[in-house]
Amino acid sequence: MAKRSNESYLWALFGAGGVVAAMLIPVHLFLFGIAIPLGWLEGPSYERLLDLAQHWLVRLYLFVLCALPLFHWAHRFRYTLYDGLQIKHLNELVFGFCYGGAILGTGVAAYLLWNVP
Amino acid sequence: MSGRYHPRVSTWWWLHRWGHLRFILRELTSVAVAAWVVITLWQLCALDSGPAAYAEFQARLRTPWLLALNLVSFVFVLFHAVTWFNLAPAAMVVRVGGKRVPAALIAASNYAAWAAASAFVAWFLLRG
Amino acid sequence: MAETITLEVTRYDPERDARPALQNYDVPFRKDWVVLDALNYVKDRLDGSLSYRWSCRMGICGSCGMMVNGEPKLTCATFLSVYAPGPIRVEPLQYFPLIRDLVIDMTDFLAKLRKVVPWIVREDGREPEGEYLQTPEQLDLYKQFSMCINCMLCYAACPVYGLDPLFTGPAAIALAQRYNLDNRDQGASERMDILAQHDGIWGCTFVGECTKVCPKHVDPAGAIQQYKVNTAVQAFKNLLLPWGAK
Repeated sequence: MAKRSNESYLWALFGAGGVVAAMLIPVHLFLFGIAIPLGWLEGPSYERLLDLAQHWLVRLYLFVLCALPLFHWAHRFRYTLYDGLQIKHLNELVFGFCYGGAILGTGVAAYLLWNVP
Repeated sequence: MSGRYHPRVSTWWWLHRWGHLRFILRELTSVAVAAWVVITLWQLCALDSGPAAYAEFQARLRTPWLLALNLVSFVFVLFHAVTWFNLAPAAMVVRVGGKRVPAALIAASNYAAWAAASAFVAWFLLRG
Repeated sequence: MAETITLEVTRYDPERDARPALQNYDVPFRKDWVVLDALNYVKDRLDGSLSYRWSCRMGICGSCGMMVNGEPKLTCATFLSVYAPGPIRVEPLQYFPLIRDLVIDMTDFLAKLRKVVPWIVREDGREPEGEYLQTPEQLDLYKQFSMCINCMLCYAACPVYGLDPLFTGPAAIALAQRYNLDNRDQGASERMDILAQHDGIWGCTFVGECTKVCPKHVDPAGAIQQYKVNTAVQAFKNLLLPWGAK
């Protein structure tokens, strides 16, 4: 009998990332991407943000907020390329691009959060 | 067996039914999600680089291109959230006392959690 | 009310035609007629050479599935009046090889059904004296997934199956889940070995069209997502608690 595919773990990552993205990205995007730039709300100052980012819990939160949605994208986009563009024959390339991108982004997030002044 | 006709699936299969198009749009929300992460990483980089860099970043966010991008992303991210919460009951079967909890209730509790989480984040960030 | 309505029906004779083409038939427009009645009228009165499958004409045998105006439908359950004034396009079920006219080749579907081990499996070799006992609550766990009539409308609606014929497909996976959830069965692990693969549950991207078109409200999409959750949970359990691996 064939060994069960490792897809289970990738799907679990996709699911976790999907939950994080659904629950938290809308409010973050709305605040920092729309409301504050448009002046509807007074955003936190640079000093305030830096202060908040000192706490390890905040950094962990931000790390999870960046990393998991990237793996959500990787999984979903990989299948969109397979089915939407019918390029299953470029399998390895698509897989590498998607998960490689997610790993890269996760690495960048870790580096940036580690180096908060 | 001779003579079987094998129709080929068009590259534009996803335009042939509204259900399929809606599905592809839903899948493309992941691009908006990734876009938000990229912009957030940019924001973190600006944060790390000092107040001048952060002010520059904030100015960039006010340019028409980025505002438009964020608005479009927001619509897609909302679409992701709504479709995600509406579909969650299909994967989560909860049984209480031998009877299955209705899908609407499962979806509703997801929406409630969404509202609570959003309110908390907004409060936390804006309380200054 | 109009006297007749036009049907545009796929005709394909493998010995004469290179590809299928639509042929028009004008049939009486009766308020209580379904598409199957119209096809039977065509075959009885207009063109005896038309070939199609049907049997019970009451939505239980699963034989009469076809595309009606691009949607997978049981023609015995699809009223002409919904499509008035027409014309109504009747085509063979999508994503299956075409044998003739409206008759598709279901060999692959039958193979997929067999592949998922769709019977009660006993691992411990013990069978009860007399019959298995099952409470209504235990029956309720899998009953919805047992209502499938093998009509293949879900396959005709599934773009993943259309793009990748190796995909096991909605009905077969729902059938597997029907047995996994049956308390008399001990074959869940065996089925998971077969279906926790790319051509099994992982090929599904939860488009959800299968559930939309199912005439028996089986909800195959739900069955597959639940199966994914179970499989992922089991994978982590096997990883973290290897001594109890299933």
